[in-house]
Amino acid sequence: MLDLIWLLPTFPLLGFLSLVLTSGNLPKKAVAVIGAGSIGMSFLVAAIIAAQFIASGDDYFVIEVWTWMSVGEFSPGFAFYLDGLSLVMMLIISGVGFLIHLYSTGFMLDDPSYSRFFSYMNLFVASMLMLVLADNLVLLYLGWEGVGLCSYLLIGFWYENPANGYAARKAFITTRVGDTSMAIGLFLLFTQLGTLNIQDMLHAAETQWPVGSGLAVAASLLLLGGAVGKSAQLPLQTWLPDAMAGPTPISALIHAATMVTAGVYLIARTHILFELAPNVQLLVAWIGLITLLMAGFTAMTQHDIKRILAYSTVSQIGYMFLGLGVGAYSASVFHLMTHAFFKALLFLGAGTVILSLHHEHDIFKMGGKRKQLPIAFASFLIGSLALAAFPFTSGYFSKDEILIGALEMDGPGIWLWAGGVLGAFFTGIYSFRLVFVVFFGESKAHHDEKEVAGFSMATPLIILMVLALFGGLISIPVDSVFNHGGEHEEHHISALMHGIMIVVPLLGIGVSYLFYMSKTFSIENLMSSSLAKSLHKFWFSGWGMDALYQFLFVNPFLFLARINKNDLIDSFYSGIVALTRTANGLVARAQTGQLRWYVMTVIGGVVLIVCLGVLL
Amino acid sequence: MASIPVEHGLILAALLFALGLIGVLTRRNIVFVLMSLEVMLNASGLAFIVAASRWGHAEGQVMFLMILTLAAAEVAVGLGLIIQMYRRFHTVDINVLSQMKG
Repeated sequence: MLDLIWLLPTFPLLGFLSLVLTSGNLPKKAVAVIGAGSIGMSFLVAAIIAAQFIASGDDYFVIEVWTWMSVGEFSPGFAFYLDGLSLVMMLIISGVGFLIHLYSTGFMLDDPSYSRFFSYMNLFVASMLMLVLADNLVLLYLGWEGVGLCSYLLIGFWYENPANGYAARKAFITTRVGDTSMAIGLFLLFTQLGTLNIQDMLHAAETQWPVGSGLAVAASLLLLGGAVGKSAQLPLQTWLPDAMAGPTPISALIHAATMVTAGVYLIARTHILFELAPNVQLLVAWIGLITLLMAGFTAMTQHDIKRILAYSTVSQIGYMFLGLGVGAYSASVFHLMTHAFFKALLFLGAGTVILSLHHEHDIFKMGGKRKQLPIAFASFLIGSLALAAFPFTSGYFSKDEILIGALEMDGPGIWLWAGGVLGAFFTGIYSFRLVFVVFFGESKAHHDEKEVAGFSMATPLIILMVLALFGGLISIPVDSVFNHGGEHEEHHISALMHGIMIVVPLLGIGVSYLFYMSKTFSIENLMSSSLAKSLHKFWFSGWGMDALYQFLFVNPFLFLARINKNDLIDSFYSGIVALTRTANGLVARAQTGQLRWYVMTVIGGVVLIVCLGVLL
Repeated sequence: MASIPVEHGLILAALLFALGLIGVLTRRNIVFVLMSLEVMLNASGLAFIVAASRWGHAEGQVMFLMILTLAAAEVAVGLGLIIQMYRRFHTVDINVLSQMKG
């Protein structure tokens, strides 16, 4: 059965092909069956394979389906590599992916481009599975670009609105910066180590490069660039909030649960490389910390329901990077999984809210919706509890592990821990601000709308609620992937630290309660000073990063484009064209249509030639 | 037998050729243009004959026979074209037919 692992990406790919080739001519029922069914089949196969793999007790399993290309020494294949890490990833992608597809069959029902939506979604899942199951970096890169393409297509899904197209291009171009860096990293690894098979490459790096060597630093930095772009971390995080222009299930699947965590997966997969460059690994931790704090501040100021969730995604991925940076890989992957559960739940809940309230995004125009939208309320309550790491929800276990990992690290570990705890405080504030403002208090608008929740939309929400609550009890089989040395220290964290980690998120929730629920403190008072106003404006704009990039990159580029509007380089070639045209105009005058002139020319020519022959 | 000097024959041929050429250049009626072309062809035929008799070779006469055949074919095609032209444009003036100018 393990041999059939190639079926995993094949099902969604077939789904994609059949939907694309029928080009929207299938009835919606058939599209739903193909679109969601293909992912369901994948999940089924994934579950069987997972059960068999765990039962077999092996550390890993490789199968090469066919050789992709063969150029000299270099012959990457369509080879799949299954170990604990890719096992977890494939289950998340196919499982959460299936739930989101099921939800989408209801959510997108009124959309005229139903079939196009599912074809892109299937292609996405196929690429993503390819990415996590790839045995070599070339195949991984194929999946990596595939998910980038699907992300672009789906952000701009409602392309009639130019703003959506702009958001799609922004996401594509920003991640392209990272992808380019990653491609250069792959070139470097191949020229230096002679292989792109991940395991061989890591092994070669371990034996050939000493710790801290320049090549290891360069290679891991370049790969980090790719990860940072894909996972929306500093300094390439600006695209993710705008990516919310796509349909909400897209935000759940691509921009919360799976694609944006590809960077985390990449670093976890090549963690040996990062351990050879300790400074870069520390940089990963700091990037994660700074991103999670910045995104936390920004999330507190937003009032678009999806943008709040988007910034919280950036912030949670920051936690994963923090975990990777301090060497708590399994904690990061664990957080990746629980985050996939509760963030998919939150986004799908947000989808229900938005659809029920006729595409209302502003949370301050909602209020008191808990009776009106009971399922969405339950989703948000449970999702936010898990997001804020309320004790014994899934998020609590995973975030706890990451912070403990930070604490165990010598040197800057305590600072990273403190920052992470501060971030958890903000998480409590912004997640429950959302819950209190949307579902409690007085209804401000949309008093009469009923909740849109058919079977297909409610079922995934309920399953995800269970997963978000109890997902923390799952133990993921990644020890064999990350503990190659065998040494594993026991956690020896004082009760005080534990207490702090439990209490701080609750404090955040409490602060949020005082401001937005009981109104003990008023936002108006807080916002009355001009300093607070400008700070709010600064955070609301995402720390001015968009304006900065506009100033640093977009405007100079537009300036150059404007100068070169008439294409300086091309003017040489258009000169040739103009010259030919003029000559043609001159010669064309000789063609009068008068036969006698032609005869004269012929005679004249003959006379000339004869004269020349006689004279010379 | 007193032979005609070769220069005379060639000068006659040249004169005939020039007359034909002038006809082709100046005539507007296409029938006359065709006739002038015949004159030019025969002028070159005459030149061949004269040259052949001067050198005592048979090739010139063979060549003349070929020109004769060629001229017959040319007249057949040419007249056919003229009839077509007249049917289509109701004129035999070649100046009218100057549509193919660049």
